[in-house]
Amino acid sequence: MSPPGSQVLAREDFDSLFEALALRGYTVVGPTIRDRAIVYDEIRSADDLPAGWTDEQDGGHYRLLARDDDALFGYNVGPQSWKAYQLPAERRLWRARLEPDGSVGEIIEDAVPPSRHAFLGVRSCELAAMGILDRVLLGGSHPDPAERARRDGVLVIAVQCGQAGGTCFCSSMGTGPTAGAGFDLALTEVLDSDRGHYFVVDCGSDTGAEILADLPLVAAAKVQQDAARAAHARAAAQMGRELDTSDLRDLLYRNLENPRWDEVAERCLTCGNCTMVCPTCFCTTVEDVTDLQGEHVERHMSWDSCFTIDYSHIAGGSVRSSARSRYRQWMTHKLATWIDQFGSSGCVGCGRCITWCPVGIDITEEARAIRASEGGAGAPS
Amino acid sequence: MVGRPFVVRSKRQDTADTWTLELSAPGSESGLTFAPGQFTMLAAGGTGEVPISISGDPSNSSMLVHTVRSVGLATAAICGAEPGQALAVRGPFGRAWPVERLEGLDVVACAGGIGLAPLRPAILALLARRERYGRLVLLYGARTPDQLLFADDLANWSAQGFEVHTTVDSSGPEWLGHVGVITRLIGRAGIAKGHFGAMLCGPEIMMRVTAGALADEGVEDELLYVSAERNMQCGIGHCGHCQLGPTLVCRDGPVYSWAALRRWLEVREL
Amino acid sequence: MRRLEQVLAEIPTFSGLEDSQLKLIAGCGQNTRVGAGALLLREGEAADTFYLIRRGRIALEVHAPGAGALRIETLGADEVVGWSWLFAPYRWQLDARALEPCSLVAFDAACLRGKAEEDHELGYQLMVRFAANLVERLQATRFQLLDVYGNARATL
Repeated sequence: MSPPGSQVLAREDFDSLFEALALRGYTVVGPTIRDRAIVYDEIRSADDLPAGWTDEQDGGHYRLLARDDDALFGYNVGPQSWKAYQLPAERRLWRARLEPDGSVGEIIEDAVPPSRHAFLGVRSCELAAMGILDRVLLGGSHPDPAERARRDGVLVIAVQCGQAGGTCFCSSMGTGPTAGAGFDLALTEVLDSDRGHYFVVDCGSDTGAEILADLPLVAAAKVQQDAARAAHARAAAQMGRELDTSDLRDLLYRNLENPRWDEVAERCLTCGNCTMVCPTCFCTTVEDVTDLQGEHVERHMSWDSCFTIDYSHIAGGSVRSSARSRYRQWMTHKLATWIDQFGSSGCVGCGRCITWCPVGIDITEEARAIRASEGGAGAPS
Repeated sequence: MVGRPFVVRSKRQDTADTWTLELSAPGSESGLTFAPGQFTMLAAGGTGEVPISISGDPSNSSMLVHTVRSVGLATAAICGAEPGQALAVRGPFGRAWPVERLEGLDVVACAGGIGLAPLRPAILALLARRERYGRLVLLYGARTPDQLLFADDLANWSAQGFEVHTTVDSSGPEWLGHVGVITRLIGRAGIAKGHFGAMLCGPEIMMRVTAGALADEGVEDELLYVSAERNMQCGIGHCGHCQLGPTLVCRDGPVYSWAALRRWLEVREL
Repeated sequence: MRRLEQVLAEIPTFSGLEDSQLKLIAGCGQNTRVGAGALLLREGEAADTFYLIRRGRIALEVHAPGAGALRIETLGADEVVGWSWLFAPYRWQLDARALEPCSLVAFDAACLRGKAEEDHELGYQLMVRFAANLVERLQATRFQLLDVYGNARATL
């Protein structure tokens, strides 16, 4: 492994990265513009990247704006995360024949081949989210072999954020803005009027080193390394939101009947957008589907959301029928009970839930209001 | 998420809507090794899986026994399965009744309705090591006399050293036993006069009220265990549905100590 | 053969009463026995006599056409059968039937009401005890009403 930030890739050579990945059979997934948002999709070259674009984000607000430069990664995170690659939004688990007496015949499981994806443009918060999902799906008593297969073989090329967005608070959650590990390669983009447009490269694994060997890299000058560090610092200083995590779990446990929940319930539509865009929400539902003749059955798994009325259904009705209880469930799970269930917070501070909430509910503001209601520090919003 | 086939070997109707099925793996005499209180995810045909507690004898691994109440599509399909049909089984899952922890104490089992089924393996386990416990008491409440389960077992257990008290919510004139809620049996059974551990299983209201009544008679929260129920779908801690506060019922339950769970059950709509 | 007030002193319902008060109450009561099946209280009749169960079990019943006798509660040792004697119009609301041979203390309701009127302290003590009993039975009845073992009701 080369020392941190010791090599530089010029902007004009960026496509050599794509070539090196294609040579090794990787399908590159990275940011690209679609439907006026920056999403993750299969890309072939630097031409597919949102060069010269940035995103303006706030509560219930997302717009793409033109930059005054041609930065390839000059934005933060869009409505999608890498979650769909770890935990598909919908997939079939198996299929089988149904015998006339109702017995299920031989079950044919759908195979999950090891991934040959290269993720280009993974942010620090997203790396943390992938680790959190790994803990949920692989760290318990029944690790999911399908998820294992999807994770093995993924090449992760991180991009260190050079700016933070309007709803970002990864600093508060300790998940960024600069990633220290969990990647094969990490790039910091620098646009410098003197030395031009380049990427300072960090290597994080042997696989990454092997890719780097194919690229026209030059040794980084100190001023270039300083520029990279300045970019990291700039991101850290720009966080659009803040979340005080001190004693947060017990704060929420003490306030399960706080009137603030009633207040947010008046705004919350229980639409579940937050759960769809959140990179760590992992709830799924399983459905057995038969054909009309009743001769075949398939089991399908798809994303679910704790905001649906059926989510907590047991004999007699749903445990959480009010919007109040469902919002409380989502937020306390994310920030509090996740810690008891899986050993860490469930939130990485990416801000997607704030940006994509149609009514702009802000998890940091809700937490602040609850903390303030105890008479502690922080002005009520 | 793939079930193993278990063939229905025999089936018995217990009440108007409850059946007990005995299953074993095809071509063999093997059931499942399980601990009392555990459940499986059970599916018949293409109607989906449901979590069902195992109701058999934990020392008899030749047969998997399930007592199922028909309340919806999936359970109706299971209850409608005939001998020879294969059901899909995943499991066993979950934390078990603490039969070892309660050794040396008096033990009271409180069963409400179908709740007697998940307690049955624990009762059998207690009887198998009768000498390790003090008094063994069963308080069992059902809606009406025709909804009582396991009449033969109740008589046998009584003969083997369990003090069995049964009550119904209402009855006709043929019933000569107790009528009234299960908490009314606590005083009659003299719970206050022993040093009891308790295992409760039934609808959540019944467990909350009974736990409170037992606490009034001196049973300590740390020795009182309940079997909680939430919407369990995967059974393996991945789908998120069964969350109950900071726990996942499929993984941290369904058996919990009252001391650990009480605080969370007291929050409405948690 | 103990005196009735000594017997009453051991009944939880009457615990804490002074000897003089127990004597007053005992003065209205006498031991009695009934056989299985005996109807002690009949719905609609004047609530002249109420009972304290010393041994045995009594069932509270409602009779309904086509359904015969519906049993809604059974009572046992140390429990009082009948409260309607305390409140106007002093008529029983339910039937009470012995399920097995019972030893009872039968109380003359008019006698005890009279004494409670004369001695308000005694009256107060009786009210407190029966109110506590009523609250406990009301809670149990409400719980019973929820029909928690029933099919698919909103019982959480």
